[in-house]
Amino acid sequence: MNWIDSLETQGQALLGDAWPVVWSLLRILVVVLPLLGCVAYLTFWERKLIGFIQLRIGPNRVGPGGFLQPIADAIKLLFKEVITPARANPGLYILGPVMTIMPALAAWVVIPFGPDRALANVNAGLLLLLAITSLEVYGVILAGWASNSKYALLGAMRASAQMVSYELAIGFALVVVLMVSGSLNLSDIVEAQNRGRFAEMGLNVLSWNWLPLLPVFVVYFISGIAETNRHPFDVVEGESEIVAGHMIEYSGMGFAIFFLAEYANMILISALAAIMFLGGWAPFFSLGIDIGPQWFWDWFWLFFKTFLLVTVFIWVRASFPRYRYDQIMRLGWKIFIPVTLIWLVVVAIWIQTPFNIWK
Amino acid sequence: MESIKDFVKSFMLTELLKGLRLTGSQVFARKVTIQYPEEKTPYSPRFRGLHALRRYPNGEERCIACKLCEAVCPAMAITIESESRPGDKTRRTSRYDIDLTKCIFCGFCEESCPVDSIVETHILEYHGEKRGDLYFTKEMLLAVGDRYEPQIAANREADARYR
Repeated sequence: MNWIDSLETQGQALLGDAWPVVWSLLRILVVVLPLLGCVAYLTFWERKLIGFIQLRIGPNRVGPGGFLQPIADAIKLLFKEVITPARANPGLYILGPVMTIMPALAAWVVIPFGPDRALANVNAGLLLLLAITSLEVYGVILAGWASNSKYALLGAMRASAQMVSYELAIGFALVVVLMVSGSLNLSDIVEAQNRGRFAEMGLNVLSWNWLPLLPVFVVYFISGIAETNRHPFDVVEGESEIVAGHMIEYSGMGFAIFFLAEYANMILISALAAIMFLGGWAPFFSLGIDIGPQWFWDWFWLFFKTFLLVTVFIWVRASFPRYRYDQIMRLGWKIFIPVTLIWLVVVAIWIQTPFNIWK
Repeated sequence: MESIKDFVKSFMLTELLKGLRLTGSQVFARKVTIQYPEEKTPYSPRFRGLHALRRYPNGEERCIACKLCEAVCPAMAITIESESRPGDKTRRTSRYDIDLTKCIFCGFCEESCPVDSIVETHILEYHGEKRGDLYFTKEMLLAVGDRYEPQIAANREADARYR
């Protein structure tokens, strides 16, 4: 792209050695700001869709069709007082929400929006991703501990236990993906999905990992719901049991940041599912129109797949009652981990046989 | 055999998919929301809202200060003082107050009234900014009655067949 190249030479001339830093910051802003916008409007879409499912029409008062509702919510939360409990540990208390949202945003550094088009096209991208998202637990524990409240602590224990258990299932599911694509680089993983036996027959959609690895995909998605502490695995918030879990002592922007993190995580898990299992930026079908630059269409298809998966998140929330805590643990440890382990072995053997469809 | 069937079923997530299909089918169904200030549901003629004191068509107030409503009021929200009206010496109220913060809108006052004087109207969208704003005096109640008399009479007419 010419104007980007010229921008880079201009910037180099203007800022000299400081330019790479400024350029990186600019690129981070280009990813993170739209992401925060998506997070805000995901809350809107969630309220609308749940409304539709419950035969209501959802928020419709602020702006046309309620479209400015997230902005109004954000302004309201910004102007609310941030109350720190008297016995709380002030430093850790503030660090809690920061540590929760940081991994959710930092993980986007390796998400490819097109061929080799990521903030950092790291070779061990998948590993980096697992490492960053594991940090999330610390934010939850910090928030629960620093609040100095028994309900917050109980909520934090439940949340962290749940997140740690389901991370294992997610990890194993991603190992299976790693085996069939033979790379830790997310761009390579997407490209590997467009190769193989089905792709040679021109059926790219079938060659994406979702079909050959369907059980893993399902396990990954359900674990993702549990990992982000969403319904029906939301014992963390458990409105009818422990009010708001580890966020109970937070108000105003601190509380809002926990919510931002939850929704950013939903988008992240969905984007990852789209990349690992649904062919990333590859189109479902050719639209037959050749307008707009290629990067836009790459971006569009990734966005579209992510949107579909996020919608399933909301749909699931609107459909199922909450799991009991012991049921969540049972599902994670006694079902998902064995299932993924068995599938891991099955796929490992499958790759070695002549029926290997990924070659 | 049955247990194997259940095992396969739970692994295929059939029940969860059924649930998702049910909720998903509602997305495009007709919505039942009433857009409240713009749209309203119809009220029954027996609706029990804000109180009013009525007058006869010749302008004479109906209330004869029998105090049945005061006696029957379970919340003791009604306070009445009576007098022999100077001039025609008829028995009238000198004070008729309803404390709407006490009132439970049971409609007993309306039922007990022998001359259909105290009635509850269809008005429900009223408010007070201070506690005292919801203490309605005789003048205020008569003013409500004067203002909404056609509606009150129509509601009474519609309900008369069933009384």
